[in-house]
Amino acid sequence: MNRIALICAALLAAVFAYVPPVSAALHVDVTQGNIQPMPIAIPDFIGGRQGAQIAGVIRADLDRSGLFRTLDPKSFLDQIKDINTPPQFANWRVINAQGLVTGQAVAQADGRLRADFRLWDVYGESQMLGLEFTATPENWRRIAHMISDKIYERITGEKGYFDTRIVFVSETGPATKRVKRLAVMDEDGANPIFLTNGSYLVLTPRFNPTAQMIAYMSYAGGRPRVYLFDLESGRQEMLGNFPNMTFSPRFSPDGNKVVMTLEKGGNSDIYVMDVRTRGVTRLTSDPAIDTGGSYSPDSSQIAFESDRGGSQQIYVMNADGSNAHRVSFGGGKNGTPVWSPRGDMIAFTKQASGAFHIGVMRPDGSRERIITDGWEDEGPTWAPNGRVLMFTRTERGGRGSQIWSVDVTGRNERRVQSPGSASDPAWSPLIQ
Amino acid sequence: MRFPTDLKLVVAAAIVALVGCTTKPPPATEAPPAGPPPGAGETGPVTESNIIPGSAEDLRVNVGDTVHFEYDRYQLRDEDRNVLQRQAGWLQKYPQVRVTVEGHCDERGTREYNLALGARRANAVKEYLVSLGVSSGRVDTISYGKERPVCTQSSEDCWAQNRRGVTTVTSGAASS
Repeated sequence: MNRIALICAALLAAVFAYVPPVSAALHVDVTQGNIQPMPIAIPDFIGGRQGAQIAGVIRADLDRSGLFRTLDPKSFLDQIKDINTPPQFANWRVINAQGLVTGQAVAQADGRLRADFRLWDVYGESQMLGLEFTATPENWRRIAHMISDKIYERITGEKGYFDTRIVFVSETGPATKRVKRLAVMDEDGANPIFLTNGSYLVLTPRFNPTAQMIAYMSYAGGRPRVYLFDLESGRQEMLGNFPNMTFSPRFSPDGNKVVMTLEKGGNSDIYVMDVRTRGVTRLTSDPAIDTGGSYSPDSSQIAFESDRGGSQQIYVMNADGSNAHRVSFGGGKNGTPVWSPRGDMIAFTKQASGAFHIGVMRPDGSRERIITDGWEDEGPTWAPNGRVLMFTRTERGGRGSQIWSVDVTGRNERRVQSPGSASDPAWSPLIQ
Repeated sequence: MRFPTDLKLVVAAAIVALVGCTTKPPPATEAPPAGPPPGAGETGPVTESNIIPGSAEDLRVNVGDTVHFEYDRYQLRDEDRNVLQRQAGWLQKYPQVRVTVEGHCDERGTREYNLALGARRANAVKEYLVSLGVSSGRVDTISYGKERPVCTQSSEDCWAQNRRGVTTVTSGAASS
């Protein structure tokens, strides 16, 4: 797991030459999705191949967000030779660039890689941002993602989500004997790492708040149970010692607890386990199926799904199990609730008219919106800024699954790059 | 629209008979043998195509290891109770055998809900076997949710085949 530990390699960010903007002319409203993506020019950074690679990753990040349209470098009239000299803004206005990013990559004497960049408002003729990042050279992609995050945040006013990872289930083989392996990759699909060897099924992995621990379900030894995977040590450990199936794990916002489902005599109820003391508290006691627990970001409530009313629907209860009440009334069956990190919405899977869709609604069930239209879309997970979702899309006829992403507005639906078929994505928080 | 279990047994037996043609045709039984075959467990297998009484194959082919469920249901149907009655009789005949009942679902449910539904189905099979006198300690359950379909098309025919409870031998069966 040494490669994963590299993530902890120190990354330094320093503000320099930062000029506060006089106007807020350059701005993208995230809530409007990609109606009109902002044209932005990102020439290759000075610094040879490394500089070109970093700029390439930044361009791909911003294009993928749907909020930006990076301009073709072939259209550029100017070549950036010195990032400390203000650009010729007129030459960038001619090609309709509203934003411009200039940067350089420098190999330092200590062997580390430093990247400086500046974000310019082409029409306002002002610098909006100037930062430098330093890291070991093999972490150059992380530097690029961090720069993308800073650009996104400066222009949209929302935190970025590019310097994040996805834990997911990699799928190979025919549907009747699907091999499923636990895997992690960067948010853009780069650097995939397989954590289990496929000799047993794994399902529904979820990160803890530091992105160092994964809770997931494993059929190792023919006993389906919730496990923890420590990315730093590579250690796997069964969470608790229960006589029957445990499944559907998800961390509490502070990472100290795991809400999960215990099956006993065919009945499934929701429990919460303290990760350190291993103390267990039962939250539901109903002969119905109760599963899919997800904490609100303030930890005061838990959304879950239950068929206690006759069909699978979404409920919300207090974190101690009291006051469980149904919130989904928008028709069809509704399950897999996941509370937005912003707290303002719950994403879920709606099963209606013979298909599965991803939807979002307020935590009280109001303002329901269906945001995808696949054959079988299920299991949403939120970007840490609460603006983008990933989910599993399965094609008809056992042809396998892929991870897709969509803005919470329902726009900008895209397939997420992954090594082969993939399912059950869970988004990490922003990596610290 | 679903495949009747009894018909499946006949087909399975017919396939076994065909396969066995080049060696020694086994009896095309569609019900468990009336009594223990002479010399069972003493002479051992004569040919590979013979089904050893008390073996996992015996349960699968001659008794019937699978029952099916309606969409989003886990209640047993009358025709499937017959299959489970034969299973209970077989388990009483071979008291050293332990089994695991697998609960499976079709793809028309979310992953975690289907894990819970599969557990309900496996447990419904177990409870019925226990009600027929099989010791509870001999029957384990496991849910595979929608993870192990036998039929991969997205059609009602396939979904009906995938909504199933399968009794599999864990230990104690005669080996072939």
